[in-house]
Amino acid sequence: MGNETMTVFSPRLAARFDALVERYPSRRSALVPMLLYAQDEVGYLSDAVIAEVARRIGLTELEVRNVASYYSMLRFKPVGRFNIQVCTNISCMLRGSHELYEKFREELGIAGNGATTDGMFSLEEVECIGACCWAPAIQVNYDFHEELSPNHVPGILAGYRGRAQSGGTKAHA
Amino acid sequence: MPRLVSHPDEVKIVTRRFGQGAAKIDRYIELGGYEAAKKCLQQGADWIVNEMKASGLRGRGGAGFPTGLKWSFVPKQSAKPKYVLVNGDESEPGTCKDHLIFLHDPHAVIEGTIIAGLAIGAKVGFIYLRGEYRYLLEIMEKAVDEAYAQGFLGKRIFGSNTEFQIITQTGAGAYEVGEESALMESLEGKRGVPRIKPPFPAVVGLYGGPTVINNAETIATVPHVITMGAAAYAAVGSARNGGTRLFSISGHVERPGVYELPMGYNLKKMIYEVAGGVRGGRGLKAVVPGGSSTPVLLPEEIDIGMDFDQVGKAGSMLGSGGVVAIDDQTCIVEFALRTISFYQHESCGWCIPCREGTDWLKKSLTRFHAGFGEAKDIDNMQYLAENMMGRTFCPLGDAAAMPMLGFVKKFRKEFEEHLNGKPCPFAKHMDLAVV
Repeated sequence: MGNETMTVFSPRLAARFDALVERYPSRRSALVPMLLYAQDEVGYLSDAVIAEVARRIGLTELEVRNVASYYSMLRFKPVGRFNIQVCTNISCMLRGSHELYEKFREELGIAGNGATTDGMFSLEEVECIGACCWAPAIQVNYDFHEELSPNHVPGILAGYRGRAQSGGTKAHA
Repeated sequence: MPRLVSHPDEVKIVTRRFGQGAAKIDRYIELGGYEAAKKCLQQGADWIVNEMKASGLRGRGGAGFPTGLKWSFVPKQSAKPKYVLVNGDESEPGTCKDHLIFLHDPHAVIEGTIIAGLAIGAKVGFIYLRGEYRYLLEIMEKAVDEAYAQGFLGKRIFGSNTEFQIITQTGAGAYEVGEESALMESLEGKRGVPRIKPPFPAVVGLYGGPTVINNAETIATVPHVITMGAAAYAAVGSARNGGTRLFSISGHVERPGVYELPMGYNLKKMIYEVAGGVRGGRGLKAVVPGGSSTPVLLPEEIDIGMDFDQVGKAGSMLGSGGVVAIDDQTCIVEFALRTISFYQHESCGWCIPCREGTDWLKKSLTRFHAGFGEAKDIDNMQYLAENMMGRTFCPLGDAAAMPMLGFVKKFRKEFEEHLNGKPCPFAKHMDLAVV
């Protein structure tokens, strides 16, 4: 990276990336973590993010898109500030994930996978998140919430609304 | 925080430090940590490999390959650097044991990685966690930093002339990356598409160097094998299946949880005693014994010992140790649909039998469950699954086909009950599988 002012990332993340590319036997090994950490900060993989990651590693933008499109957590469009991911795979399904998902949909007033109009929340069904013994489970961004029932939904949403108001937590971190 | 469970039949070896603050290095050392690595440093590579062979420890990821044997395949001399790669991409539905290992005992993973490195002569080990496990990655990274600060990692580990470095890595959402060659591709910054074998990773692996890839549970078990001694560890398990296993028991049981039980422990007892039986006093319909890719067992088939050989003999697999109990109010067609939807979602599309097979199975099951099935669909689904088996680079194709064959063969009658526009006998929600 020649020109520091060209970065779309915060100085802290830019510094982290400078170190990350030197960490592995090959620069390219930094690609997947870099994309995920960039997404955590920016919210999604924008054209500018793709371009800068490509430049930092020494790949073409097409190569970066090719890799990024493989991973289900990486996205090319923004989601809500708090992205609610309801696991509906077998262990969660058997313990009521569908009812849980429906309750979130109802409370948020959105049809299917999507986001609230204020951009605060988005909702999606996801595959197994590795919390099968504490089903049904969800992740809100990276936070796990376990052993849930539809009754927990209003409290969870209120908790994140409160966090947004206090401005404590960064959008996607 | 995931709830910890306990049962008197448990033999706590790998889980013995759970819930005791061992994520902090001082506490880990207080509880006997890093003594195994020091011992291995003195004893040398051949001794370690022989101990692992004698312990009967077999890969906890699912394939059950003997760990010591795997390590012995790595050539002693190599022009390219050798590597240890820890597979913490835990994503087989029904499995959440590594979750607890990273949370409660990250130093056991580090210590096991060091020992594996000493055994094969590697200077670098990678610990790869699935992207969803961000909070666990942070715990792992903190533990790695502590180990460096103590001099247990670095240029001269434990004051010796031996070097060993650990690098942590995050995934970004991909079941298939749990397959070892796809895992290496991902770590090299590529799409997680599997490599053709041979060459096997022990000869040509990460960055072209000889590589040993072990599941996180296997690696976390290694220090305990050294501490207990191979013979004592082997004695805990059943024939050719050394030690204990972390069984993730989920689904319709009263007390779901991760239980550490001796290899060969009876599955029926696991469901009815350890996990408290079927929830709400209902009947048991079926059990998935080793993660979603393993063929389902009927209640009359579960009086078996849970080790790689006995479950194999019963027509299924021990797999990842993810035991999923299904009660008699569950629709098996719907369960099959959810299982197959997952594999359809996760297929990378590289091999046509898997890409097309999972897609057609999902389409057929969706239509079938919605009441538009035809009698010939049942045979067609079986035919599709049979023709996916063994025809793909990586085991994802088999992982989808095997459970499908199990559902059709063992629950044919229930499939037939959905025919001719009849509504699902267990209908709760018909718009499932929108994933």
